[in-house]
Amino acid sequence: MERSAKLRVFLPQGLRPFAGGAATVEWEQPEAPLSEVLTALWERHPALRDRIFSEDGRWRPHVRVFVGSEDVRWTGDLATRVPEGAEITIVPAVSGG
Amino acid sequence: MPNDRIPKLARGQVALFVGTAKGMFVLRSRADRKSWSVAGPAFAGEQVAALALDPRDGRLYVASQSWHWGTTIRTSDDLGVSWSDPASSVLKFPEDTGLAMQQVWQIQPGRASEPGVVYAGVAPAALFRSADRGASWEMVRGLHDHPHRERWMPGFGGLCLHTIVPDPSRSERMTVAISAAGVYRTDDGGATWQARNTGVRAQFLPDPHPEFGQCVHKIVQHPRRPDTLFLQNHWGLYRSDDGGDSWRDIARGVPSDFGFCMAIHPHDPDVVYIVPLESDGYRCTPEGRLRVYRTRDGGEKWEALGEGLPQANAHETVLRDAMCTDALNPAGIYFGTRSGKVYASADGGAHWQCAVDGLPQVLCVRAAYIGDPARAAVGPAARAARTARTARAAKPASRAKRAPAAKKRATAPARGKAPARKRAPKRAASRS
Repeated sequence: MERSAKLRVFLPQGLRPFAGGAATVEWEQPEAPLSEVLTALWERHPALRDRIFSEDGRWRPHVRVFVGSEDVRWTGDLATRVPEGAEITIVPAVSGG
Repeated sequence: MPNDRIPKLARGQVALFVGTAKGMFVLRSRADRKSWSVAGPAFAGEQVAALALDPRDGRLYVASQSWHWGTTIRTSDDLGVSWSDPASSVLKFPEDTGLAMQQVWQIQPGRASEPGVVYAGVAPAALFRSADRGASWEMVRGLHDHPHRERWMPGFGGLCLHTIVPDPSRSERMTVAISAAGVYRTDDGGATWQARNTGVRAQFLPDPHPEFGQCVHKIVQHPRRPDTLFLQNHWGLYRSDDGGDSWRDIARGVPSDFGFCMAIHPHDPDVVYIVPLESDGYRCTPEGRLRVYRTRDGGEKWEALGEGLPQANAHETVLRDAMCTDALNPAGIYFGTRSGKVYASADGGAHWQCAVDGLPQVLCVRAAYIGDPARAAVGPAARAARTARTARAAKPASRAKRAPAAKKRATAPARGKAPARKRAPKRAASRS
């Protein structure tokens, strides 16, 4: 039996209210740049976009995104290639007081 | 979205909604305001720098800010027991401005004549307006397009619009305060705005009397006398009697004219409260003494109020929205400190008590009486009624029959006559 090739996005606790309470969002997605994958994520949960990006189109300053175990800041940012069946993890950066 | 940290408030209670650096707390008391219970936090871990209770319909608005995921304005129609879906909040700058929302500093319900209208002041400095009770928001273009805007400089807290004063008597007039740009006023419903800083110092600038650039900290207005405004400046206490066209210094008899907060008495337009701070370098109460200052004559002179407040080793700071009043008579006055204490006075400031100690840094405080303040079980009429009831209960001939009922009333004075009244359903009143 062929293994599922669904892409999975893991959401931290603070983002789940913006995705109907879901901890994980998954769908079938061929390899694509991260920008396309995120667009597909906004289609499923539009409210997530404003939590991850501010309205000037920039990442919010304390958000980190990993494709597999790689921080996308070092792999091409929004142009990072996301393979089929990848796991994307969105993480609140350790900050604050 | 249910929130089991805030219990339902009952008629006859006074509630203090306290926004802190780590969430919102709700303090509750009976109308006598002698003892307080604490519930919360709602939105634990998120900063609540602005909240408002709309006296027109009882809706509670809270701006909660996650350091990671940004700001949302949430609403509650049951005083905090349940909340709107945070995903439904839309408060963001139009794309063409190139700006991004940093923080909501102020939420201000509109006039009685404009139901459903709510205003929000934000950083970077801008005014937003909602015409549908907070479901959607639109930036007020007239202020954003002001030619001064590109020369506005941020204060220590950022470039923020933190005070919104809709004129209750002129629907086209509104005054706002921006740090550090000063006072601006519209007389045409927000289409155009004019700087209104004549007489207000900006002593940190080479020219201390510029057209704009002042660091205004708070403005208050009494609805019965809308042309009179009081202003706490970054150095300076001022009064205007022409709606802000001109300002005159009223800092006589205060240990410092630096401070942040300011509140006006709910029933007397000549009574104003402040908490002076030592300097803009130290920003704490002078001499380690926590004192509220009150004027009872519109700023001619000020008196220190310290009974019940610590008078040694109290190096406190009260931020610009961390002071408010309720609508009862005698009026309740409240303030919270950066050290997490909330103080309450049930007699217009003559006596104070610490309602809670140990909260996170207090950023804003708003008070509400649940019900009609004019019918609250406080004040001379209520005292006379209680005395009469006590006298009746004490009559020897009827003591046996009346004692159980008298005891019941004594434990619930705010609701003692409730069954006989024909009141509208739950309605909250607030002064802030």
